[in-house]
Amino acid sequence: MADTTATASNETVATTDDGIRRRDFLDIAAVGTAAVGGAAVLLPLVSQMAPSKDVLAASSTEVDVSAIEPGQAIKAVFRKQPLFVRRLTPAEVQAANAAPVSSLRDPETLEERTKEGHADMLVTMGVCTHLGCVPLGAAEGEVKGEFGGYFCPCHGSHYDTAGRIRKGPAPTNLEVPEYEFTSDTVIQVG
Amino acid sequence: MSFPWAREYNPSNGFTRFLDEKLPLPRLMYNAVGAGYPVPRNLSYFWNFGVLAGFFLVVQIVTGVVLAMHYAANAQVAFATTEHIMRDVNWGWLMRYAHANGASFFFIVVYLHIFRGFFYSSYKAPREMIWLLGVTIFLLMMATAFMGYVLPWGQMSFWGAKVITGLFGAIPLVGEPIQVWLLGGFAPDNAALNRFFSLHFLLPFVIAGVVILHIWALHIPGSSNPTGVEIKTESDTVPFHPYYTAKDGFGLGVALLLFFAMVFFLPNALGHPDNYIEANPLSTPAHIVPEWYFWPFYAILRAFTVDFLFVPAKLMGVIAMFASILLWFFLPWLDKSPVRSGHYRPLFRKIFWFGLIPAMIVLFICGGAPAEEPYVMLSQIATAYYFLHFLVILPIVSSVEKPEPLPYSITEAVLGSDKKAVLGENTTPAV
Repeated sequence: MADTTATASNETVATTDDGIRRRDFLDIAAVGTAAVGGAAVLLPLVSQMAPSKDVLAASSTEVDVSAIEPGQAIKAVFRKQPLFVRRLTPAEVQAANAAPVSSLRDPETLEERTKEGHADMLVTMGVCTHLGCVPLGAAEGEVKGEFGGYFCPCHGSHYDTAGRIRKGPAPTNLEVPEYEFTSDTVIQVG
Repeated sequence: MSFPWAREYNPSNGFTRFLDEKLPLPRLMYNAVGAGYPVPRNLSYFWNFGVLAGFFLVVQIVTGVVLAMHYAANAQVAFATTEHIMRDVNWGWLMRYAHANGASFFFIVVYLHIFRGFFYSSYKAPREMIWLLGVTIFLLMMATAFMGYVLPWGQMSFWGAKVITGLFGAIPLVGEPIQVWLLGGFAPDNAALNRFFSLHFLLPFVIAGVVILHIWALHIPGSSNPTGVEIKTESDTVPFHPYYTAKDGFGLGVALLLFFAMVFFLPNALGHPDNYIEANPLSTPAHIVPEWYFWPFYAILRAFTVDFLFVPAKLMGVIAMFASILLWFFLPWLDKSPVRSGHYRPLFRKIFWFGLIPAMIVLFICGGAPAEEPYVMLSQIATAYYFLHFLVILPIVSSVEKPEPLPYSITEAVLGSDKKAVLGENTTPAV
């Protein structure tokens, strides 16, 4: 009986009108602090897997494109991934411009994908936009696919002479990285 | 659970009596895999594959720990240290071939284990939890095997890592950050190789933990059996030891003969020759395929070639591939038939042997073939059937089918009639 009275009187003291005790705030504060502490432990454990400083420090790359003849392409390395630099032949430029842009999966003209005054110099990442394989077609004698550009052997994506996706599972055109001509024969990527 | 007629553990000497009082581990083993665990008397050889899967998990852990003593997870030297193991480490060639082929055998026995479960509906009540834990183990196995295959840093290793992490890149918005986080860079490199090594070491121990839960969950209702009829009396069972320890031992002997025939005489038959070429980030092999045990799921991934509504083909393929396995989690609730065993389900038998199995074989072949016609079309048809089978055909079949008469008991199924069975069981001492 004495117990009941004590409890009852405690409650009268600590309970507000809507039945919440002041003590409930302690519970929320304690659990909340533990949750924040847990998240603070989790953050570095997750974040350590993100690219480290040396990987992020990957600098820009300069490529000398003077030796590339029309119809040839070279593979360079940019941020540990292949970079295709290709000098298109007039026929390839014509084929790229002949394709009706609106019918493409990822509509872009050849002009939008090259620099002014260098409409025949196509610079793209050599990374298939599907799952990241290196498409064939840059080196001599490799299959260029049904559209005369690149063909990805992994899952059969076909790119045209402007590196645009025309057939297969890849969703977008080969990425054109940020680059500029530092002189007539040298490009700086990144 | 223990059946009332299960034999009781009796510590025979002072030491076992001491242990039984302080830490009754021998009692636990006796009741789990010893004479104290009654098991249906009619289990066929299809019930051997659980023990075999456990055995190959041990093979992988033991050979894996040994290989890790000689392997260096650094892109500069990973390929070379693998060759060092092959040429210079005592018995290194045996350890590496046993580990590589051990992975294949692990998947062979697990696939047979899973399809045993499909045919005899081992996933049905009261065994749903065993099934769910099993699917979890399978997913962990696939992740572990994938990361293990990256370690030698050959061409298939590198491009497999690129493509499989690329799967996560297909997720809208967060996909690319997740891929970069997984790789620790923008393409597979040292960071990726290093963490895959760490996780490849960790995950088998997680698998071992889930296996313990899997076995625990199994021991609550006890094993299913080829009739699907639950245990009724003592005559339906025999003690696990010595009857099934002996039968599993025989199965293990056969499996080991096949395993070492492969390891000694055909060690590279199940591998891909391109993985003997060191990783080249600038050139993808013309025909890149995953290991054979991923082929059916790889075929499902590649079957989606056109965009569907607002979902790009790439994402569709990724969703379908993960869904094809996650679907198994819902199997106990998709198959409503009260009859477990396929033996007594005429319609189910037809869709199993003439539907699911051919579809899996087609997917398997297409997954290993180049992404060209007719393989693309075939894998599209097989993928469509695969999903129809589990989501539509199986639920319909299980509700409209008229099952064949079931035997009254396991004993009747074995001996023909209960009367004979009772007479036959008189020789078994009641303990």
